[in-house]
Amino acid sequence: MPQVNGIALAVFVLLFGFITWLGFAAARWRRGDLDQLHEWGLGGRRFGTLVTWFLVGGDIYTAYTFIAVPALAFGAGAVAFFAVPYTILIYPLLFLIFPRLWNVCHKHGYITAADFVRGRFGNRWLALAVTITGIVATLPYIALQLVGIQVVVGALGVTGTGIAADLPLIIAFAVLAAFTYSSGLRAPASIAIVKDTLIYIATFAIIIVVPLKLGGFEKIFAAVPAQKLLLAVPGPHTTGAYGSYATLALGSALALFLYPHSMTAILSASSGGAIRRNAAILPGYSFMLGLLAMVGLFVIAAGIADLPDYAWGFKTFKNNFAVPALILHVFPSWFVGVAFAAIAIGALVPAAIMSIAIANLYTRNIHREFINRNPTNKQESRMAKNVSLIAKVGALIFIIFVPTKYAIQLQLLGGIWIIQTLPAVMLGAYTRWFNAWALLVGWAVGTLAGTAMAYASNLATTYTLGFGGYSFPGYSALYTVILNLFLVIVLTPVFNALGGGRKPVDETSPADYTA
Amino acid sequence: MPAENGAPSKRPKWSWWYLLFVVQFLVILWPPLYNKAEPTLFGIPFFYWFQLLWVLVSAVFTAVVYLMTRESQ
Repeated sequence: MPQVNGIALAVFVLLFGFITWLGFAAARWRRGDLDQLHEWGLGGRRFGTLVTWFLVGGDIYTAYTFIAVPALAFGAGAVAFFAVPYTILIYPLLFLIFPRLWNVCHKHGYITAADFVRGRFGNRWLALAVTITGIVATLPYIALQLVGIQVVVGALGVTGTGIAADLPLIIAFAVLAAFTYSSGLRAPASIAIVKDTLIYIATFAIIIVVPLKLGGFEKIFAAVPAQKLLLAVPGPHTTGAYGSYATLALGSALALFLYPHSMTAILSASSGGAIRRNAAILPGYSFMLGLLAMVGLFVIAAGIADLPDYAWGFKTFKNNFAVPALILHVFPSWFVGVAFAAIAIGALVPAAIMSIAIANLYTRNIHREFINRNPTNKQESRMAKNVSLIAKVGALIFIIFVPTKYAIQLQLLGGIWIIQTLPAVMLGAYTRWFNAWALLVGWAVGTLAGTAMAYASNLATTYTLGFGGYSFPGYSALYTVILNLFLVIVLTPVFNALGGGRKPVDETSPADYTA
Repeated sequence: MPAENGAPSKRPKWSWWYLLFVVQFLVILWPPLYNKAEPTLFGIPFFYWFQLLWVLVSAVFTAVVYLMTRESQ
């Protein structure tokens, strides 16, 4: 069993205490009436370029990313680097599509993607499909953030049995739940600034110190086995690892901004211009993520996994222990505290935004649409605060009682599900040509086909399509959203004809999409 | 207001600068281009440093597109 690292733990607790205070104090930042949903749930849409940078960065580069991407590089090698093309691809999408969505959402007071779909296509069932997909895809994502906290708390040497084992996690989440409830989106926005500063410091320290200790990059990469260093060159009649690599990057990129928490962070920006500027400066995070993926290879080179000191951690947390072990191995205790605090706080920021996003979705697109059509502002924001609590408690219960691997598998399925909302949300920002019922059928078939592919491939990320002796392994999310879109295009004229040319009202007008 | 509901929305202004995004996409989605160890940079294999460099290049591309399309937005 590991020893408790006193100094590291003290620094960790100190930093955690500081962001707890910050989370509550944030309620007074750019003060607004928190009894209105767009104030609580979108920070009043007042975040400028720099705060948006921290908020979106803190939101999409989650603690789990910082643990899991290096862990994948440590375990599987070069293929983990698909995270880099993925983050390269997301920013042109952000640049081209989201300023338009921001404009129309601002104009009509939409706070979720489902609000937009409801207004654009005038079909509450399509909006409901978008809502449910968003909620179901995000819940396991919150649970995964807890895995990040579990790993660093374990690495600090804080262990126990029974309820004591989960106590740090429960405390962290109680803190998170309380400041999210009282401050709304302002809490993660202010904490993100602290968290990212810490993450940048920790990453650059690792990238500089570890190669110095291990004798330079040349030695590090020489110690990595050849089959992990590069992608396997595909054999004849298959796109092999190249196809998987490219489709994983593209599919993940298309899915990312469809997640409700990405949408929440983007819509909280103060203008479409702030979003465009962010498309150019957010790659700062991508660069850091790429460096961290290389850190996974450092762990191989340092031979840490074979040291008896860390055997316990690798046994308990598997490859997810790679980065914490490296940090423990290389740095003095006080810096271990800083780096681990960065990871744990890094879990709270996206978890808070995700729970707010779920709350916004439930409140606007289920409760107001189907249960109470005319809530007061106060009822609406109170409902959202309560739902954000329920979402977090649900995630906590999930992670305490259900094995971690199920959270990971559900999150994988979540990517396949959320991408099915692409035609309605992303393409909907540009065109109203699609028929709402065709979109609904495309969504349903894409979701079913994607889930079936995931099961057929034993919940692996890729599925192998075969045509005439050729095989194409690739990301099932990408394959099924193509099927989805094909159906939408074929069925739109059919449903239009069946509807006799009647189309529901589009409450948005072309001018709403431009500033 | 549009003439009728089904009418396509007003086209956003096209700019040739958007082609930079296409270049950015095609290069990074073609792994055979960079799946090699040589040449190394400071001992880092090509596969790794090229993709990291491409992050910076694409940030510059996006900034260029932003500056060149700003007036028309």
